[in-house]
Amino acid sequence: MYQYALKRLAMIIPVILGVSLMIFIAMDLAPGTAVDYLAPEGATEEDLMMLEHQLGLDQPLLVRYANYMTDLVRGSLGTSYVSHRDVMATYLNALPNTLALAAASILVAIGISLPLGMISAVHNGSIRDNLAMVFALLGLSMPNFWVGLLLIIYLSNGLGWFPSGGFDDGLRSLILPAITAGTGFTATITRTTRSSMLDVLGQDYLRTARAKGVNERTVIRKHALKNALIPIITISGTQLGAMLGGSVLTETVFSWPGIGRLIVDSVNSRDTPMVTGSIVMTTIIVSLLLLAVDLLYAVVDPRLRARYASKGKG
Amino acid sequence: MNMPVNKTTKQRKKRRGRTGDVLHRLSKNKVAMLGLFIILVLVFISVFADVLFDYEAQIIATNVPERLMAPCWEHPFGTDDMGRDMLVRILYGARYSLAIGAVAVLIALVFGVVLGAIAGYYGGIVEEVIMRCTDIFASVPYMLMAIVIVSVLGSSAVNLMIAVGVTSIPGFVRITRASVLTVRNQEYLEAARAIGRPNVSIIFRHVLPNCLSPIIVQVTLRIASAIISASGLSFLGLGVPKPSPEWGSLLSAGRGFMRDYGYLTLFPGLTIMITVLAFNLLGDGLRDALDPKLKKR
Repeated sequence: MYQYALKRLAMIIPVILGVSLMIFIAMDLAPGTAVDYLAPEGATEEDLMMLEHQLGLDQPLLVRYANYMTDLVRGSLGTSYVSHRDVMATYLNALPNTLALAAASILVAIGISLPLGMISAVHNGSIRDNLAMVFALLGLSMPNFWVGLLLIIYLSNGLGWFPSGGFDDGLRSLILPAITAGTGFTATITRTTRSSMLDVLGQDYLRTARAKGVNERTVIRKHALKNALIPIITISGTQLGAMLGGSVLTETVFSWPGIGRLIVDSVNSRDTPMVTGSIVMTTIIVSLLLLAVDLLYAVVDPRLRARYASKGKG
Repeated sequence: MNMPVNKTTKQRKKRRGRTGDVLHRLSKNKVAMLGLFIILVLVFISVFADVLFDYEAQIIATNVPERLMAPCWEHPFGTDDMGRDMLVRILYGARYSLAIGAVAVLIALVFGVVLGAIAGYYGGIVEEVIMRCTDIFASVPYMLMAIVIVSVLGSSAVNLMIAVGVTSIPGFVRITRASVLTVRNQEYLEAARAIGRPNVSIIFRHVLPNCLSPIIVQVTLRIASAIISASGLSFLGLGVPKPSPEWGSLLSAGRGFMRDYGYLTLFPGLTIMITVLAFNLLGDGLRDALDPKLKKR
């Protein structure tokens, strides 16, 4: 199992190389450079040249990339062209906000979707099932950021229950963004929980459990749910990854100072080190997250633990 | 007594063929048919938008006296800050969203299916290289990837299609490869190879037709998510430039008037939701029709 984890960790290195090169080239191809963004109005040709030289933009792409990689190996993501601050520090400053948002939205999503999906599966074909499925399908079909806009219009501007943006209000300012970012997530997990539970509910061991007199509640909660968890964990992991990168819309709607905003702003100012650093960091975090999800299977399912162990030997 | 009846239904079923069978099952699914109906209406409006509406007079001209009118009999969805009817603008905007969804998925389909089929069919080092590149590509969150691509290419409808399309490629590569793997070692492929058919022809004539089901379902559901992603990028200002009434940019424009004119935000989003819902309903229906064993799950 450790060997498996190490192998997966080693895979992150080519990912870092590939992703950073991809972003570097892309930012180089983009029209305009940070110089255009930074140059004061009425700057002379000479000023522009000097600024270009200061930022090192007069060097060829490969030289800049090589320098970037040398810095990266030393553990530095460089400094921003625009704010002249350390990229890593700026990123780590914004990251907790996005993580808080992601964590809160997952809490909201799982809190709603697990019970809903279970009820739906247990009462397969009933009105409750159909209602839950309509709800899930609607959630899946709404653009999340639009949900956020509606929440602001009706709950924040209309009723004044929650602040419409920023995060000065502590937990209260987290509620609407969490619902917004969690809408699609709730829908997906509800559907997965239902289909995974339906798979399990037909199994013989549940009949055995009932036959030996275990009460229905325990059958569903202990015997069925536990075995239905693997697909639910998989989906939750991939969705959490998507949320870290996709939170930019929620962050825009609620003026939430997370990594999504940071990246969009840096792309607009052609701040290559900031963009590359932030995307590489996000990618690493998402990759680690997916690895953690894979390892979590082993915790949930002893059979997989055995398989990883035998793979490790071979 | 029942035998002859059984026989005729059996015969009828046989005559219908597999595609006919699937279509028959699909046509019995009322919810999926509702989805298909909504899609057809939207396609009709998109194709004939220039006949139905006058672009100059209704879509981009300003009419200040009628600005920001709340929904009423004359303007069911109200009017925007330039006095333009929102219903007309939203209907006209269908062509952007549908075209972006369809072309984006077409891009992803072509690249994804070819790469996935090559990986699944040839195996070995080719598969390893393609799949590892796909992994690297897919490990960047797709929204960030799309933002970078649009910024590089500039904001326009075509570039939006490319950005959303490119970010959807990994999904198609994986699905195609997985389903090619299930047929790779079947005997009929060995037979095709034995009679000396070239690999390209085997892939297109014998492998892919047997892998279509998951791909078709994926296409429908991906159009749904492509429409959502595209509207999100437009909302960020990375899409179709104004004054084109693309739904995402309508939402972005409505955001400025959110406090007092909520309907400017409500209706474009509602339209996106109904469109995406239609594709999701059709996709779910197709999945059930293509694989009846999965039904009732």
